[in-house]
Amino acid sequence: MTEELTHPNIPVPEDLKGTVTLATWEKFYNWCRARSVWPMFFGLACCAFEMIAMATSRFDFARFGMEVMRASPRQADLMIVAGTVTKKMAPQVVRLYNQMAEPRYVVSMGACANGGGPFKEGYSVVSGIDKLIPVDVYVPGCPPTPQALIHGFVTLHKMIENTKYKDMKWYHNRGQGEEFAIPVLGPDLFDPRQNPLIQSEAAKTSVATNDSE
Amino acid sequence: MYGLGILKGLSVTMKHFVNTYVDDIKWGFGKRYTPGVLPARQSAEARGVFTVQYPEEVLPPQERFRFVPFLVYEGTDEERQYRCTACGICAKACPPQCIWIVRAKDPETGKPLRRPAEFYVDIDICMNCGSCAEYCPFDALKMDHDFELADHDRAKHIYDLQQLGQPVEYYAKIRPTYYAAEQEAKAAKADRAAKAKAARREKK
Amino acid sequence: MNEQVAESEGVQLDAAVGSVEQACQALREAFPGKVRPDEREGYEGVIVDADALVSAALLLRDELGFRYLSSVTGVDYANDGLLESVYHAYGAESGALVFKVQVDRGNPEVPSLVSVWPSANFQERESYDMYGIRYAGHPNLQRILTWEGFAGHPMRKDWREPYYEEDHKPFKTRHPDGGVFRAEDRTPFGRNVQYPPGFDPEKWEDTAQSSVYEGLMREVKEGGLQTECITINVGPQHPSTHGVLRVVVVLDGEEVVDLMPVLGYLHRNHEKIGERCTFPQIIPYTDRLDYVCSMSNGLGYVLAVEKLVGVQPPERAEYIRVIMAELTRIVNHLMAIGFLWNDVGAYFTPVIYAFNERELILDLFEMVSGSRMMCNYMRVGGVFEDLPTGWMEKAQALVFDRLPRFVDEFHRLLTENEIWRSRSMGVGILPAEQAVAMGATGPLLRASGVPYDIRRVEPYSIYDRFDFDVVVRHNADVYDRFLVRMEEMRQSLRILRQAMSQIPAGPVQTGKKNWTIKAPAGEVYHRIEAPKGELGFYLVSDGGSNPWRYHVRSTSMINLTPLAEMCRGHKVADVVVILGSIDITLGEVDR
Repeated sequence: MTEELTHPNIPVPEDLKGTVTLATWEKFYNWCRARSVWPMFFGLACCAFEMIAMATSRFDFARFGMEVMRASPRQADLMIVAGTVTKKMAPQVVRLYNQMAEPRYVVSMGACANGGGPFKEGYSVVSGIDKLIPVDVYVPGCPPTPQALIHGFVTLHKMIENTKYKDMKWYHNRGQGEEFAIPVLGPDLFDPRQNPLIQSEAAKTSVATNDSE
Repeated sequence: MYGLGILKGLSVTMKHFVNTYVDDIKWGFGKRYTPGVLPARQSAEARGVFTVQYPEEVLPPQERFRFVPFLVYEGTDEERQYRCTACGICAKACPPQCIWIVRAKDPETGKPLRRPAEFYVDIDICMNCGSCAEYCPFDALKMDHDFELADHDRAKHIYDLQQLGQPVEYYAKIRPTYYAAEQEAKAAKADRAAKAKAARREKK
Repeated sequence: MNEQVAESEGVQLDAAVGSVEQACQALREAFPGKVRPDEREGYEGVIVDADALVSAALLLRDELGFRYLSSVTGVDYANDGLLESVYHAYGAESGALVFKVQVDRGNPEVPSLVSVWPSANFQERESYDMYGIRYAGHPNLQRILTWEGFAGHPMRKDWREPYYEEDHKPFKTRHPDGGVFRAEDRTPFGRNVQYPPGFDPEKWEDTAQSSVYEGLMREVKEGGLQTECITINVGPQHPSTHGVLRVVVVLDGEEVVDLMPVLGYLHRNHEKIGERCTFPQIIPYTDRLDYVCSMSNGLGYVLAVEKLVGVQPPERAEYIRVIMAELTRIVNHLMAIGFLWNDVGAYFTPVIYAFNERELILDLFEMVSGSRMMCNYMRVGGVFEDLPTGWMEKAQALVFDRLPRFVDEFHRLLTENEIWRSRSMGVGILPAEQAVAMGATGPLLRASGVPYDIRRVEPYSIYDRFDFDVVVRHNADVYDRFLVRMEEMRQSLRILRQAMSQIPAGPVQTGKKNWTIKAPAGEVYHRIEAPKGELGFYLVSDGGSNPWRYHVRSTSMINLTPLAEMCRGHKVADVVVILGSIDITLGEVDR
């Protein structure tokens, strides 16, 4: 443990190796953060069961300081989007994400959350949760095995450890997170950010149908 | 007496708690996590702690385990000779239709060749069902065991020919039984062909 | 308690009067000119005129003994300009009586059968949502899987989704000139969306949320303190709803006045995709229906296709299928009990114990099929591959030694716990009469005192060769459902022990496996006793390589029908316990 923290430019005397570590505060701070990520108790579909399997004794994510699964988004740092995001569920997912406090991370688990998965061709599945909220780690697989998901967490840990103060927006604005537009269930799911585009497209199609009449 | 049922239940959890220490003694302290012990700890005889210490130790995948597909090639990495003949059966059989194949064409005559010019798998659609490998008539496409694919960028999730290719040695390593059976079938076929040839020669 | 036992013992599914043919005959005689046999090639049952439907249904239920309506669904015969509403009714020991109503596609209206069989409630709403068939007289005819305001009825053959490519797989863009693309890049919005002409998002009024609350009972009891009811939403993100189920509860204080499950948060258009796939291509999709028991889903589906095509799997494959299906049942019941306890408040302890054993069984699945959860193991006319070397030894170590010991241990851990007993005994009572009327199946029905198990009533595969008991209990509460599941695990182990010692050597596949098969024109309905209850597959083939209609009679969704009845009058904390005792999987509820 001490080796992975120690700054490469600072020499530690041979006899103190393994007991003493010399690191920058930033590195230590990030190291602590990475080892206490609390995920939200939030499963969407099939992948949720592999996520639960990861929580039980065989894969035991308590080893990563993650065992406190929070049912409330206010107390969670990590959202595991475990499964298919349907259009009907999409507004809730975005709302939950908005309610999380910074620093917040999103792991997109499985093919469906990444890009629609095998159900992509259908009419009621969002093609990738990254269309609506920012995703930090993508874990491919259908479903990813618990080990593959843990590999995703290891990737996330590395990412957290390598962030710099100056890149942490939330560190400077006292944890104020960005609000993301909540999509609305209309004749089809629409994202308020896309309104102008939808209007112009709708104008085109209505002209086309008028012409054909 | 009220509470007896709860105590009875707690005795079970207590038993499991004690068992972990008994198990520790059985393996010898600190030896529980040596690689040889893992299969026994994960078998039906397991009594103590059941945890796999991933990423330090990895649960060995079963031979049939499938994740995303890969294309088998013969020869070296620089000169890959894919077994794939671009027949397209995998692309047709794929339930979510996540395989795209461009068949190579002879640059001079424009006739289609028996090899792929491009081969894509969109792993954001792939459902790891293994249909492509199952119906491939040339043993050219197999399912991979590598599950450590997590990354930060989805743009890389359309795998092309370069990423999908794996040497035949890798295939032999992860699926030894299947590889051996395949080699046997090939040898038998070659043997039959040789015999038929000899028989024809004798006739002459 | 004792009184209750005596009461419910008398209520059984009445034996059907005569066979299905006789019932059809009786219907034709009672409604001359309005009931005619379905004479299309490969079809069965009768076609009933819409105006005679309710009285015919009453006759079927009350006099002919078809007390249980299994499935209601729609079919779009676009080429004939017809929409068809298809019903499958069963008596206690009879096969399915199929009756249909055909209506014009332009103005589809069918009388509702909710008053006759309450089990039709959600299914008629689904058929309305997907096909636009209006069920006149339905108490709450709203969209169920999509939302109010959704444009169009998606299962109609002329309705196309934004990513539509072709009617049938394989798509031509994949080979031999498969220039790769992402489907979203081909739509103007970069997403999986489309809007009707002239749609203006700024002027849209969101009715999807407000309409949900219509149809809920809000009256306060007469006399006493006049209090105002409050409506709360449990879910769709709630740790105790087993996924993304949303339950709208009307409360008077802490007491449940009315309740309604709101579905569709995991609607993945399984059926629409299925109609585009070839018959074998659907098998991996069925794994994702009830993702806890993928093996049983696959089994149900391939049995339906085999019935349609007329293939018989070899002996060894039959045994392997039974072994897999019963292992799946154990996995399912372990998880059901674990999560039920989680809902009661034991948090994760029972889940962790259950998952240890589940992991060992999943290892067996992974060894044989290549995947832990999504096995994709069943094939039309056999199974994927034979058992690998060493599998049987591993499985026997589990089935003969570890699992029986574990079930006993699980009993010691849970059954006598006083807190559990006081939370579950007398909670969520579902009388047998009501259970049958509302279409409850599986452990839910058997805990209500009805010994109905499809493995026994209508044996499929080779279940008639095994010796096992149908587990019944009579108190019809949460505790009994728990005990039924516990005992069913023992019975499954019993079947497994027999199957494992009898399994013969031999091939595991009839004929050659292929990714596409042609099926003769016709319809088929096949149901199995899945761990959660009756899982049915309804297939209509037009003689091509993919189904014209592919419908899943989902256990979990129909088992939710009695939820409101069971919860009324209980405290809000009991709702999650009752829901847990039904044992649903959202993948199957919403498909």
